[in-house]
Amino acid sequence: MLDFLNEYGSQLIFKTWEQFYTSALALFFGIAVAVPLGVLLTRAPRTAKIVIGIAGMLQTVPSLALLALMIPLFGIGKLPAIVALFIYSLLPILRNTYIGMEKVDPQLKDSVKGMGMTNLQSIRHVEIPIAMPVIMAGIRLSAVYVISWATLASYIGGGGLGDLIFNGLNLFQPDLIIGGTIPVAIMAIVVDFSLGKLEKTLTPINQRT
Amino acid sequence: MAKEEPLLILKDVSKIYKGGNAAISNINLTINKGDFICLIGTSGSGKTTTMRTLNRMIEPTSGEIIYKGQNIHKIDPVKLRKKIGYVIQNIGLIPHMNIYENVTIVPKLLKWPENKKQAKARELIKLVELPENFLERYPAELSGGQQQRIGVIRALAADQDLILMDEPFGALDPITREGLQELVKSLQEDLKKTIVFVTHDMDEALKLATNIVVMDEGKIVQAASPQELLRHPANEFVRKLIGEERMLQARADVTTAAQIMLKDPVSITLGRSLRSAIQLMRERRVDTLLVTDDEDHLKGYIDLESLALDSSNRRATSVSDILNTKIFRITTTTLIRNSADRILKQGLKYVPVVDQNNKLCGIVTRSALVDMVYDIIWGEKNDTAAPTSPALKQGGAQDA
Ligand SMILES: Nc1ncnc2c1ncn2[C@@H]1O[C@H](COP(=O)(O)OP(=O)(O)OP(=O)(O)O)[C@@H](O)[C@H]1O
Ligand SMILES: [Mg+2]
Repeated sequence: MLDFLNEYGSQLIFKTWEQFYTSALALFFGIAVAVPLGVLLTRAPRTAKIVIGIAGMLQTVPSLALLALMIPLFGIGKLPAIVALFIYSLLPILRNTYIGMEKVDPQLKDSVKGMGMTNLQSIRHVEIPIAMPVIMAGIRLSAVYVISWATLASYIGGGGLGDLIFNGLNLFQPDLIIGGTIPVAIMAIVVDFSLGKLEKTLTPINQRT
Repeated sequence: MAKEEPLLILKDVSKIYKGGNAAISNINLTINKGDFICLIGTSGSGKTTTMRTLNRMIEPTSGEIIYKGQNIHKIDPVKLRKKIGYVIQNIGLIPHMNIYENVTIVPKLLKWPENKKQAKARELIKLVELPENFLERYPAELSGGQQQRIGVIRALAADQDLILMDEPFGALDPITREGLQELVKSLQEDLKKTIVFVTHDMDEALKLATNIVVMDEGKIVQAASPQELLRHPANEFVRKLIGEERMLQARADVTTAAQIMLKDPVSITLGRSLRSAIQLMRERRVDTLLVTDDEDHLKGYIDLESLALDSSNRRATSVSDILNTKIFRITTTTLIRNSADRILKQGLKYVPVVDQNNKLCGIVTRSALVDMVYDIIWGEKNDTAAPTSPALKQGGAQDA
């Protein structure tokens, strides 16, 4: 154990960091695109079905295949990895945002509109706060997916803990495999936990369960 | 008094949905400042649609709506809505905002300074008799009735003078509802707010409205004051909607004894002889005679029974000897409502009617009551019983 840490310690820290920020970037863009898109879709329910359908289809493309598909478009390295992970993060966030916004009581929306709120004010001050727990659940789900799949990024030169794990697989070195896997699991748990905390602060008092 | 410009005028307003389904057609209605308009009708008759055209939540297909002299089509809907209070059945309090934030939504949209918002919220919470610390609570921490109180005051927070309410108390229990009805009535009466109120509860409409607008299949069937509606329902539909029982009651509510009494009752003066009394009874085929003095003041009555009792000893000679002074009488201004019960239940054949000076004016007979009931139920137009009043134009102002 100590030997392992001595030998791979610095590499482990670096690869963990690499995996973290690849995932974080993918997730960041995923949120930046999927949340507004999900909100927008509630204003166009017919388009919503199509868009969510497409996002669902993208989700079914095997992760390795999707990564491979990125190569002709973006070459190899971090960029194609981040793009692929970003695509994966979209669906859960998009779907949850849409569902969360949809389930806001239409009577409530009607009443705030009737009081003179603009569409944007209604979304910001009324609908998003109410939908927040559902949106956050989507984000947390995406975060866990993205962190674990970021391991595969190593295949196309995206770096991360996948490098250790695949080395271990190639060289029949179980300690490398385990040493690479544990940080992934811990990272997923820690991120999920922190997002849970964040959800609590973002969710209005009376929406908390 | 100079005639004030109406607050709202609806001119031939129609809303036709896709497929040619007309939710409302050719609605004409004038709403004056201070009116309490109740829209009533069966489900799907277009009440909500009519109301929602007023704050542009629904755009009419044709026709125009003039608000304070301005076509609302030319007013920015968001600006318009901030000037018009809006209360719906499901209350619509925002769950994650506390009561203070909920109440001051529109003032906040209008960018009022904090201290002005605070003062307004405190003033309003006092108006509905809730403690000030309720402002810090969340909607879920209030009862349904309390929440709807907040819903109502929220519609006043930016000093809106027109308030739209769509079945606001439909989901509340009768006692809570009554309290809230009093609240909105006082808003109209004391604060001079104009209220447009959708309901399907006729009792509620009769109690609150200055004008009731009866709707059926997207059209106005009748628009009139509650009294007018009760006295002269425009057709069978309105009559059904009001209900026979209510009309009977309402008719009795406003009908006075003078209106249904028979004049020239059979009476005899105190000094006459019994012989002439019996003769009179035979002639008129009655078994009782009302007795008056020479100035027509009602003194009592004599009846066949006391005559028969006396016939054995024949001591009595004049009417005054067998006078029965215990007599139930009503005055000309007595409302039938207050005496119908007694007449019907005690099996009295008639009740004498006197004026303020106790002068005999007539009698209200059992059959007159029966006639009144009959008229109301079967709607005979040739009744002399119904008091008349200036007819109310559709959507016009209430007679002052
Ligand atoms: N968006 C819509 N599309 C098509 N038809 C509609 C729409 N909204 C309302 N309608 C129709 O318009 C008519 C009037 O509806 P409205 O909501 O005004 O009725 P209402 O008198 O308020 O009834 P209720 O007492 O049930 O609330 C109904 O027949 C309804 O089906
Ligand atoms: Mg309705």
